Amino acid sequence: MRIGDLSDGELARQVRARPGLDVRIGPFLVNLRLGLCEPLPLLQRMWHDYPLEPSAGIRDFHVSLDHNGWLRRWWRPQARFTVDGRSPFQPLAAAHHFPMLEWGLNWCVARRGHHLLMLHAAVLERGGRALILPGAPGAGKSTLCTALAHRGWRLLSDEFALVCPQYGRLLPLPRPIPLKNGSIGVIRDFAPEAEIGPAFTGTRKGTVAHVRPPSAAVARMDEPATPGWLVFPRWQAGADTQLEPLSRSDAFLLVASNAFNYELLGETGFITAARLVERCGCHTLSYSNLDEAIVRLGALAEAAA
Amino acid sequence: MSRRMAESRRAAALLVAALRAPERLPTLADEDWDLLLRIARHARLLGRLDADLGTLGLHARVPERVCHHLESARQQVAYRQRLLTWEVDRVLRALEGLDVQVVALKGVAYVLTGVPAARGRMFADVDLLVPMAALEPLEQRLHARGWLSLGHSEYDERYYRDWMHEIPPLRHAERDNEIDIHHRLLPRTSRFHFDPAPLFTASQALDGHGALRVLGAPDMVLHAVVHLFLEGDAREGLRLRDLVDVWDLIRHFEARTGFWDALLDRAEQLGLQRPLFHALRQAQSLFALEPPAHCRARLAGWGPVAPVRWLMDRLVPLALFPDHAGRAPLRVRLARLALYVRAHWLRMPSGLLLRHLGYKGWLRVRGWLMTGREEAARR
Repeated sequence: MRIGDLSDGELARQVRARPGLDVRIGPFLVNLRLGLCEPLPLLQRMWHDYPLEPSAGIRDFHVSLDHNGWLRRWWRPQARFTVDGRSPFQPLAAAHHFPMLEWGLNWCVARRGHHLLMLHAAVLERGGRALILPGAPGAGKSTLCTALAHRGWRLLSDEFALVCPQYGRLLPLPRPIPLKNGSIGVIRDFAPEAEIGPAFTGTRKGTVAHVRPPSAAVARMDEPATPGWLVFPRWQAGADTQLEPLSRSDAFLLVASNAFNYELLGETGFITAARLVERCGCHTLSYSNLDEAIVRLGALAEAAA
Repeated sequence: MSRRMAESRRAAALLVAALRAPERLPTLADEDWDLLLRIARHARLLGRLDADLGTLGLHARVPERVCHHLESARQQVAYRQRLLTWEVDRVLRALEGLDVQVVALKGVAYVLTGVPAARGRMFADVDLLVPMAALEPLEQRLHARGWLSLGHSEYDERYYRDWMHEIPPLRHAERDNEIDIHHRLLPRTSRFHFDPAPLFTASQALDGHGALRVLGAPDMVLHAVVHLFLEGDAREGLRLRDLVDVWDLIRHFEARTGFWDALLDRAEQLGLQRPLFHALRQAQSLFALEPPAHCRARLAGWGPVAPVRWLMDRLVPLALFPDHAGRAPLRVRLARLALYVRAHWLRMPSGLLLRHLGYKGWLRVRGWLMTGREEAARR
């Protein structure tokens, strides 16, 4: 059973009562409780395809979103995110409920997932092989990732490349993709079929709107992918589309500096990152035109097939 | 009993059972693991459970999802240990040529001496003890080599220098690790305050670590005891991990002949009989740590009067365990508050305490007013 199969009333009831809603998101089992009902309609849309795990015993994170005390329910309303009863960050304006929940989950994964090497990267798959797009903020990673996810690539993740140290495979974590500011309009024009949620204005990252992860991507979230390509994208206004090879040593340094826990994992981090780079074709991509970029990346996949 | 209290008791019982008998963890039901993972993480003891399971070779017999959390904790512990022992190495290098005894305390000392208390132990900062007279040249040297003082205000500086047992924390400009330099184990204002000179005399050199030393075995235990009862935190309560340190250290050192007598003699010499009494009583009731028969009469004489003992027996077990989820039950919060007030009461004379709490209260009010103003400005 998926979240989308629950009626509005049933979802509201489960998420408010004990023990809460047990949902699987990629490799993680999340227990969710909501003390405020504002995020529910969007949650139902964005988390539509996640399977429910009603008999889950062991959950990875127990998260909740509540009013920040009785006073802040009415006066300048604030909401508070907690994981296992602790708030990892300051309460935010209650109007930013859904982005806060998503950021909170990012925090959980980044702080708790040290059994995996975690890169700050988008990951997509074609023909069983993963395209990893590590990206500094502003490099256009989310935009490119959303575009690819609507042009024949399977979305694994927009934020985390989860690499298994043992086999080097990439684990899917398909989540709503937060588009920021200008990219919202770009994707609306580029992929009208993409389901985009309401825009939240005035968040710490500006205006944010979420794209629902494609149902097929969520349905296949238990299928890992083997490393295929490491492409470091850079969006630049007016730039020609250029896909250029990158040396493995440069790629390694970029991967290490783009990871959430490369340093923390020590030797395991080094070996896992090195193997990943060895198995990938490494490139840089500068682009301004999404269609052209997608053609070039598609050619990579076809050449390998 | 409220549902919350009942669950909180169940979580505490699970954690104690896991620490005492890790060999029984493979039989744990999933719902119990769910609770145990949370409380062990909050008590910073997840790495410890992982280490015990590893020694017993039982990882293959616990659920896979649990293994991920254990592996994650193992990586974090290894990282912190690597980072902080390297920081100690850098400090020693910076102090080369300076004739000063540097004694490693707590986590760093456990790791460098390799005692079982080090296994899976998470630590947040580096604690070092140096003679008061050596502070000035030492601070100068560390400042010159890039460590910066984190004492923010003049009040902080005075608080540390005049009243406390350590100088404001230091941090190297290029790294993120905090170093606490102590010149004694307890604040100067504390009721249990004692002259730290004998600690240096009894300290021992560490092979392969240059000028670095560690406390003698009885002093190491007594420092863990002091940390347990006199470093209170109103929100967190007492730290179970400190009691686990006491338990681990004693179990390790008691194999040495005469250790228990040396421990009791030392407690008497330093005036720490009462805290040791309380710590051993808790270690006995939670972990079945039994002092040898010939020490019991002497220990029994160190307890407080019956009503206080009754009260401590009820408050301490409530305050020792962190909440596994959300808000703690009311009586747990009251126990924590009572022990926090007690710790502060023992830490400072009442006049000074009022002044200090008044100042901290004012900072909170001011902070609150300022956030209000910032919010209004953003509007």
